[in-house]
Amino acid sequence: MDEDGAGTSEAPSPPPPLEWKFSQVFGERTAGEEVQEVDIISAIEFDKSGDHLATGDRGGRVVLFERTDVRDFGRRRDLERLDNSTLRHPEFRYKTEFQSHEPEFDYLKSLEIEEKINKIRWCQTPNGALFLLSTNDKTIKYWKVQEKKVKRISEMNLDSSLSVGNGCMASSSTSSPGAYLPNGGCLERPYPSLSNDFSFPPGGFSSLHLPVVVASQETSLVARCRRVYAHAHDYHINSISNNSDGETFISADDLRINLWNLEISNQSFNIVDVKPTNMEDLTEVITSMEFHPTHCNMLAYSSSKGFIRLIDLRQSALCDSHSQLFEERETPGSRSFFTEIIASISDIKFAKNGRHILSRDYMTLKLWDISMNSGPVAAFQVHEFLRPKLCDLYENDSIFDKFECCLSGDGLRVATGSYSNLFRVFGCVPGSNEAMTLEASKNPMRRQVQNPTRPARSLSSLTRVVRRGAENTSIDANGNNYDFTTKLLHLAWHPSENSIACAAANSLYMYYA
Amino acid sequence: MDPSWLLVVSRARGPSRPRLRSLPRRCRSFGSPPLFADDLLVCCNDRELRLNSVRRLSTIARALGEERTRKELIPFLSENNDDDDEVLLAMAEELGVFIPYIGGVEYAHDLLPPLETLCTVEETCVRDKAVESLCRIGAQMKESDLVDWFIPLVKRLAAGEWFTSRVSSCGLFHIAYPSAPELAKAEFRSIYSQLCQDDMPMVRRSAASNLGKFAATVEPNHLKTDIMSIFEDLTQDDQDSVRLLAVEACAALGKLLESLDCVAHILPVIVNFSQDKSWRVRYMVANQLYELCEAVGSEPTRVDLVPAYVRLLRDNEAEVRIAAAGKVTKFCQILDPQLAIQHILPCVKELSSDSSQHVRSALASVIMGMAPVLGKDATIEQLLPIFLSLLKDEFPDVRLNIISKLDQVNQVIGIDLLSQSLLPAIVELSEDRHWRVRLAIIEYIPLLASQLGVRFFDDKLGALCMQWLEDKVFSIRDAAANNLKRLAEEFGPEWAMQHIVPQVLEKANNPHYLYRMTILQAISLLAPVLGTDITCQKLLPVIVNASMDRVPNIKFNVAKVLQSLIPIVDQSVVENTIRPSLVELSEDPDVDVRYFASQALQASDQVMMST
Repeated sequence: MDEDGAGTSEAPSPPPPLEWKFSQVFGERTAGEEVQEVDIISAIEFDKSGDHLATGDRGGRVVLFERTDVRDFGRRRDLERLDNSTLRHPEFRYKTEFQSHEPEFDYLKSLEIEEKINKIRWCQTPNGALFLLSTNDKTIKYWKVQEKKVKRISEMNLDSSLSVGNGCMASSSTSSPGAYLPNGGCLERPYPSLSNDFSFPPGGFSSLHLPVVVASQETSLVARCRRVYAHAHDYHINSISNNSDGETFISADDLRINLWNLEISNQSFNIVDVKPTNMEDLTEVITSMEFHPTHCNMLAYSSSKGFIRLIDLRQSALCDSHSQLFEERETPGSRSFFTEIIASISDIKFAKNGRHILSRDYMTLKLWDISMNSGPVAAFQVHEFLRPKLCDLYENDSIFDKFECCLSGDGLRVATGSYSNLFRVFGCVPGSNEAMTLEASKNPMRRQVQNPTRPARSLSSLTRVVRRGAENTSIDANGNNYDFTTKLLHLAWHPSENSIACAAANSLYMYYA
Repeated sequence: MDPSWLLVVSRARGPSRPRLRSLPRRCRSFGSPPLFADDLLVCCNDRELRLNSVRRLSTIARALGEERTRKELIPFLSENNDDDDEVLLAMAEELGVFIPYIGGVEYAHDLLPPLETLCTVEETCVRDKAVESLCRIGAQMKESDLVDWFIPLVKRLAAGEWFTSRVSSCGLFHIAYPSAPELAKAEFRSIYSQLCQDDMPMVRRSAASNLGKFAATVEPNHLKTDIMSIFEDLTQDDQDSVRLLAVEACAALGKLLESLDCVAHILPVIVNFSQDKSWRVRYMVANQLYELCEAVGSEPTRVDLVPAYVRLLRDNEAEVRIAAAGKVTKFCQILDPQLAIQHILPCVKELSSDSSQHVRSALASVIMGMAPVLGKDATIEQLLPIFLSLLKDEFPDVRLNIISKLDQVNQVIGIDLLSQSLLPAIVELSEDRHWRVRLAIIEYIPLLASQLGVRFFDDKLGALCMQWLEDKVFSIRDAAANNLKRLAEEFGPEWAMQHIVPQVLEKANNPHYLYRMTILQAISLLAPVLGTDITCQKLLPVIVNASMDRVPNIKFNVAKVLQSLIPIVDQSVVENTIRPSLVELSEDPDVDVRYFASQALQASDQVMMST
């Protein structure tokens, strides 16, 4: 365990490889349990502090988790110093969940709109409540999750005996009989007629009582949809991203990027439009997009051709032309039918320092320096052994799977998912050869293939796969099995600690190092 | 007086829901609104009811009396402010005018706690309203009370944990500062400068946009030192959104400073901003520049601001050019005409053929105002060609914008020069395929008519006005009918009798019933303008004839028109012509026709009774 590496991105020698340990699992599958389609996790996101984690699923739900060890963190730090063996790692507990999106039908276009959550982004908190944006294919919503004290009304201006049956009244258990009124039960009595110059007595009516509200110690979490940003996208939204200015965010679909003000839901500005006048000329779509973490004017988007474009919002109101283009010159002679398909970038992320961009295409993970657009500063093979099988992968559509990627808060390591519920972690500091393969299970190091020269032949995993009876398995050159139905698409790295949350179907696994 | 009626309404909130809705309406007749004190209940699920009760907070307060309002209602509101935005907004607004209900200004401080909590909610409009109410209360408070209550409140908010409270605090400094003791003043200035360097861009934005107000209360010697250094920090902020607001502060600060200081401190900033990397900042400068000119005086304007403005007019971002073009007249008005002709006019010429239609459109909407500034010679020589080319623009908005400001040019160059190029443009617009464009031009026809005079109008535009009566789009036909009325008002009944009435009546037999309906509409609008005689002689026979139409829609519209004619014509005409027609219609097989006919008959009965 090494937590001292944090913040020293200019470390002279690469930090030692991490030893990953299982921390927690939420929604673990019991043996033989069928996974419900709606339960499959489709988005994971830590908030800026790392104290909260949100997941979205195909059923349109958002589940929030909160860190359990956060409240007395300061004291724990002292303890850590005293006794290194009791070092704590982030632990989370279920906080609440809410239905963010519902399935809809667009009658004008005769299209079903899935409720699946495509992306979640946390927003800055203006008060004690939590705020986040969630989006499905078409509609972005701004949610507020707040702890509310359960309140009761113990004294009212009316006779409580009259109000039996009123849901509101039923809770007023401590109603005091002193508040009864002289004309308690004469609802049907005609109102006294009053002249227009009726005036209130100078001291007020002494018999008028304000209701007494008693806040109990019980709290409940309430999620409220504050705003809905709809009808701005003709195509499917693939990304949303907050600006560092705290007042705007952007949303990207296949062909366009729109800019919104968080407080204005009926107006957005188109800033990028790559739609050709003739759709037959379409060669490239937007696949992912993110704002720079600190520069309010910079954003990057990736394309299906494997390009990353950097945009400067200062230059122009319409940013159809990029300010920088990042692409890797392809090695001559290596072209095949699949070259373009696997070049498509499925996800990009800015590093916390804003200097690097991490991109994931089908076969590789690449790290780019935004001041060098001739090629990536580092590239990591994620599942190179699948190259001979591209034809099969194309046949069963797996080649179009969109894997996400993430960077550690200190920028020293990167991670991304693969098949068979595996994910890979690489050290990205120059000189580091850290490359781990972990399995989203309670024993992550089981499938460790740290050194390619030492193929890990694990009999147990073989038998395990066989026992599961998965159909889409194949065996690679090393004898490892690959199950294309269990793919680990979504994962997120804790912003400040070495902790990864990843989604294997409906289960959320957390690891620490 | 038994006060218990006040509570009757509350009780109605019991089990039976439907009664609720009817109650407020019945109560209105009392002259005093009913009370919904109970509806303030946070548990009450009906948001509408809570909103209603908050809107009537003053009535509740009057019922409670001043003392109990202070001691019970206000604390109650402070504790129970966890509610829907709309309710909170109403509460923030009500509390701003609550001083009379709590016993006068000496108790004003009691109102501060609930507003203080409202200053921290996440919804911007609620916070803004709470700040506004606090300012309103603070402005009335006695100086000693401000020191005891208001100043600590501002400090608390400025040191708040969440950015919302710090954002709100920025808007309160200008109220607290003047009455603060010397020591506190220094503290305030340093707090404000900290707010301008806050980690949260939201706080810096709020500080930037309130800087002008705060600066106006600061003593001149501190203005030059403390405030200017705060301002300089803001102008160099990383966030575009902060720098944007600093542009606005330029004009406000400029007006506070002596003109020498202004030239020394503000001018370089403006010139810098006009070349900012971010087009949004330049856009703001383009929008504000003429105000800044006033602040710096005429000589620096000539030397520094005119070149800056010329750069903005030639900016490579269309949005900036739009903003700059839209201000061209205002800018020229404060310039020497010679300068305007020399520097600005060439740019205007370029803009008139700008690649962006929106730039041309913005230019077209203000360019007419330049004519008086430039004088007749320069206008005819230089402006007229631009103006004519804009009138021929392919984009209808541009042409419309020119025509809408026609009166301004007419004064300078006269209609003869104009009419040649004007007419083709109008004809083209009147036949535009977008009905909104046609609608827009119809609305300018009366203005054109008054400018062009009767003769020109008769020759060229009369036919167009009739043509619109048979447009495919209802809104156009409707506007056309209205247009005829306004023309009749402009040129008088006699002219209308010759040039409108015959043509309109001719169309009364159009085979399509929707067009016949338009004619009815036109007649009903024209009748009051044309007077009794023409109505009886010309219009009425046509209407009576229409009452025998085969389409029920026409018939009940006839009934409506007849009803509208009753007050205009003589009693005898009503008796002899209108009533018989209505009686006949009131026996029509169609239910709607019978309904409107009987309505009209009733109306005529009432008129007869009253006379």
